[in-house]
Amino acid sequence: MTDTSLAQLSNQAVYSAMAVLTLAMLAYALYLARIAPGHADDASQEAVRERRLVTAGNATDADQDGPVEPAAPDAAQTGGPGDAEPRGARQAAGVGWALTLLGTALLVAGVGLRAAEVHRWPLGNMYEFALVGAMFTLLGFIGWSTRRDLRWLGLFVVTPVLLTLGAAVVVWYTDASELMPSLKSYWLAIHVTVATMTVAVFTIGAALGVLYLVQDRLEAGGGARRSFMARLPSARALERLTYAAHVVAFPMWTFTVIAGAIWARQAWGSYWNWDPKEVWSFVIWTVYAAYLHARATTGWKRQNAVWIALAGFVCVILNFAVVNVYFVGQHSYSGL
Amino acid sequence: MSTTRDDALSTQPAPVDGGGAGGSVSQPRLGPVGWLRYAWRQLTSMRTALFLLLLLSVAAIPGSTFPQRSIDAARTAQWLTDHPTAGPILDRLGFFEVYASPWFAAIYLLLFVSLIGCVAPRSRIHWHQMRSRPPRAPRRLERLAAHRELEVEGDPDAVRERLRQALRSRRYRVHAHDGVTLSAEKGYLKESGNLVFHLALIGVLVGVAWGHLLGWKGDVILPVGQTFANTLSRYDTFSPGPWVDPTDLDPYTIRLDRLDVEFETEDTGRGQFGAPRDFLASATLTDAEGREEEREIAVNRPLETGNGTVFLLGNGYAPRITVRDADGTVIYSDATPFLPEDNNYTSVGAVKVAGAQPDQLGFAGFFLPTGVIDDERGPHSVFPDTLDPQLALTAFQGTLFPAGAPQSVYTLDTAEMTPLPGKDGEGQLRILLRPGDTFDLPEGRGSITFDGIERFAGLSIRTDPGKMLTLVSALLALGGLVLSLVVRRRRVFVRVRPAGEPGRTVVSVGGLAKDDDEGMDDEVAAVLTAPEGTR
Ligand code: HEM
Repeated sequence: MTDTSLAQLSNQAVYSAMAVLTLAMLAYALYLARIAPGHADDASQEAVRERRLVTAGNATDADQDGPVEPAAPDAAQTGGPGDAEPRGARQAAGVGWALTLLGTALLVAGVGLRAAEVHRWPLGNMYEFALVGAMFTLLGFIGWSTRRDLRWLGLFVVTPVLLTLGAAVVVWYTDASELMPSLKSYWLAIHVTVATMTVAVFTIGAALGVLYLVQDRLEAGGGARRSFMARLPSARALERLTYAAHVVAFPMWTFTVIAGAIWARQAWGSYWNWDPKEVWSFVIWTVYAAYLHARATTGWKRQNAVWIALAGFVCVILNFAVVNVYFVGQHSYSGL
Repeated sequence: MSTTRDDALSTQPAPVDGGGAGGSVSQPRLGPVGWLRYAWRQLTSMRTALFLLLLLSVAAIPGSTFPQRSIDAARTAQWLTDHPTAGPILDRLGFFEVYASPWFAAIYLLLFVSLIGCVAPRSRIHWHQMRSRPPRAPRRLERLAAHRELEVEGDPDAVRERLRQALRSRRYRVHAHDGVTLSAEKGYLKESGNLVFHLALIGVLVGVAWGHLLGWKGDVILPVGQTFANTLSRYDTFSPGPWVDPTDLDPYTIRLDRLDVEFETEDTGRGQFGAPRDFLASATLTDAEGREEEREIAVNRPLETGNGTVFLLGNGYAPRITVRDADGTVIYSDATPFLPEDNNYTSVGAVKVAGAQPDQLGFAGFFLPTGVIDDERGPHSVFPDTLDPQLALTAFQGTLFPAGAPQSVYTLDTAEMTPLPGKDGEGQLRILLRPGDTFDLPEGRGSITFDGIERFAGLSIRTDPGKMLTLVSALLALGGLVLSLVVRRRRVFVRVRPAGEPGRTVVSVGGLAKDDDEGMDDEVAAVLTAPEGTR
């Protein structure tokens, strides 16, 4: 098969993934709408909520959870997280999950075809970073979903993924091409792959962080009885999940920075040049370090710590969308 | 003490955070020593560390938005000319030298002082804890965060023994302070990892400082066929660290035998035409003892010499130019590097003929590997490789080096020179040469010949004696970080007492974890049910 037809196939796969993920997003939104407390009796709603708190509470001790089958609309299931959910809600979530799997598969295919087309690791320009980052975000979500019920998170993962893909095809699209000499190194595979994976985990962490802050505000205001938020894990549980995601991401980012420094020494002669991209990687690292620190500091409110984590995520976005394009430096690989 | 957070694991009620800010409501009167102690406590508190960390991240940002002198001096100068009001003020404040500025240094130095002040006492405490026994079981286990009780088969001693085994196999350190309890603890590696992480950060800083003080870097432009000798005078630029003796360099030489350069010739997509694809320099390295060795230098594949690593960081063209006087005697002949200005290698340079008589001669202008000269953009190149090489020069006569001031080899200082007039004495003489062309200068000043083209390699030779320390420290920090975030510090206490009927025992197990540890409840349950027969 010729490279141009591979290119077309890759693009078609990405567009199809976007279409499928849009439907997944709608399904997850429908799920949240349907679990929102309606006019059903409040007592049983509360009971459900309590149980969800318990099941959602195992952020890091995942070995205690059996694999959760998020999509199984098993009516006979008792005591499981799907229990006592309206049938329509369960169906919507099931559809969302199936579409997420399909969309992810299409995206993986898109990335794979792109790699086949350029005969190299598909991480050479912004379009490819965005594609692969979106792919890892979905894979991370799917992986985590097999360990705990995260159907309520679906909307908040699929939406940023779609935004990223949209920006990728509209703004950052670059025809496939070979790499410039300084990118030809196995460190590309190591450094950039881990970087995109990390950004994926940070993205999930930021989504959780926002949900936590909203939930916390609602709880402080006496609870949101009428909103779907009432069916999400408690603020406390959400905060722990936020932390869990960042605990995974922070060492990965540390590794990314170290690997980048090793590579910089090979390619540019010095392991640290305060190139804008390096500056921002450093800023991101210190901000997230501050988050972990703040969380461990007695007398610091968890809310404020999470705000720091969200500031870190803003830096991640700036580092990608702004620094790559507008700042003069050695990392001129945007392909734009 | 605010610097240790071990209180979270203590079985005592947590003491008030005395060291932290606002710990005490009514401040006692402090003497000078008291104030110092107070200041030290403030500095080494986690809040201060947190504040300094955030400050550090904010302070680093201007270095990415303003050009930095040490990275791109030309762009910095340009910025200063473009902003005559703000420029000098920002310059005074160190905005073009952020990472060497006093305020940036102040932040990270304070942070590291805080770090040492925080980590040193914690290390001491942790050292003692690691060698001491788990504390006595609290009187009332049911008050602990996680607690379970169960009545099981077997007499108390046997049951306690089984639990001891169970705890051991779960890698707890177990100690019996008396006949009816067990105290167990595990996860010391959490604090060890945390301490290693923080200490290793100091290692990173020391490594960076060491490299700065004892490292050097020098750049040299080397046309193919020429030899570079590693002595100070052969470098185009040389920047030694403050503790480096620049006369003490290993006297090796590098001859550049070939430079292979490849550019994209297919117009495959947006902006890819002419993009660089591959650079490879073949060189001969001759060490101080005269041993020769053929080596390659490529992007991402530097050459290690033992005294400096040679990086291939740039390349360009050095047209071979010969200037003769009126008698035909060669007064200049050299491969003269022209510096590339854009991605298509539109290159600028100068030819300085100091030996010309009666006035010195100078030529300045462009080398174009694939030249196009249009009225709008002037001479420029449209492809980086030599498809249609041209040399476009103007000529000057006069004094090349007024007052002997240092000047760039790529530009002419025309302060004391006058341009040679064009044909019919009008305007300025413009010389356009293709390889092999000779141009006769007016009024018997001789001639200039464009003999051919060499490529040059932009080599950068650098040492950094601190890099190993930095790397090892960084990896240690990463390892420590992972341990500190993954390992869980847990204490488990067991108490046994005879149940109502003989041969049965009531086991009470309580667990205490650092930070909120959702797994603790399951852990207690698992300990309780782990030993065979206790079900
Ligand atoms: C360069 C400066 C620093 C950085 C980048 C940094 C970073 C971090 C990070 C990422 C953590 C969380 C990971 C872990 O638990 O090991 C942490 C924890 C911690 N840091 Fe720092 N830190 C710095 C300075 C300090 C200073 C000055 C202090 C003392 C005031 C300090 C005290 C602590 C303590 C006590 C913890 C453990 C918290 C807990 O898990 O209970 N750190 N630090």
